[in-house]
Amino acid sequence: MALSPAEQEMVRALWKKMGTNVCIYVTEALERTFLAFPSTKTYFPHWDLSTGSAQIKTHGQKVADALTLAVNQLYDLTGALSALSDLHAHKFCVNPINFQLLGHCLLVTLARHYPGDFSPAMQMSLDKFLNLVTSALASKYP
Amino acid sequence: MVHLTAAEKSAILDLWGKVNVGEIGAEALGRLLVVYPWTQRFFEKFGDLSSASAIMSNAHVKSHGAKVLASFSEGLKHLEDLKGTFAKLSELHCDKLHVDPENFRLLGNMIVIALAHHHPSEFTPCTQAAFQKVTAGVANALAHKYH
Repeated sequence: MALSPAEQEMVRALWKKMGTNVCIYVTEALERTFLAFPSTKTYFPHWDLSTGSAQIKTHGQKVADALTLAVNQLYDLTGALSALSDLHAHKFCVNPINFQLLGHCLLVTLARHYPGDFSPAMQMSLDKFLNLVTSALASKYP
Repeated sequence: MVHLTAAEKSAILDLWGKVNVGEIGAEALGRLLVVYPWTQRFFEKFGDLSSASAIMSNAHVKSHGAKVLASFSEGLKHLEDLKGTFAKLSELHCDKLHVDPENFRLLGNMIVIALAHHHPSEFTPCTQAAFQKVTAGVANALAHKYH
């Protein structure tokens, strides 16, 4: 289910509008994921996962950078995220369902911060984009 | 049964007191039909669902969305017995409507997104976590009588 040109444009436009705030919103999405879906915390037993944690902010920046890379390489998500897929599959052994949970919390976060932009069509474009990112991240799984 | 702390129950009821049930219901159902187009299979009699704008302005979608959320609202009054509260609706959705229960989970997420969209400052991470518990509980209750 590839993104149409119009859908790609919607995702790029919102990403441009977010500018340097992508990290802030991804960090909020991570915090929401850990609170709403406690099973996701099992991958970070050694971290401080309380609200405002420096470790969540650092991870939020990494995830934000990866998503921005994905937005800029929509034509080859599998290639762009290949190394991250290896990492999540073979080193961290993350069940891919968790990428969907983070994706949902990112949509909730963006709905809060960009209500005027978060039309149903925008939500569908973002949902499809995040599903493609999830598939690309799971592509190296055995 | 949904296990909520006192703080979570309070967060849910505080926000729900401000919610326009008809508006949120219409938006949640509309977004479900737009973002997950296969769900339109249950609403062939609703008329024009050919585009996002057609779906969101469709009177049947608005009316049915309001009805669904009114039912959800009733559930919030019986969090200790969601399975009992939704028993008849569960039978209806299985035996007459033949709805895949996975779609209840999707609609639950659309309700969460609609709440975040309309109540950004109140929809804190803790409030979202409480509502995710409730929507999961309602989805499970609606699937409970399936056979």
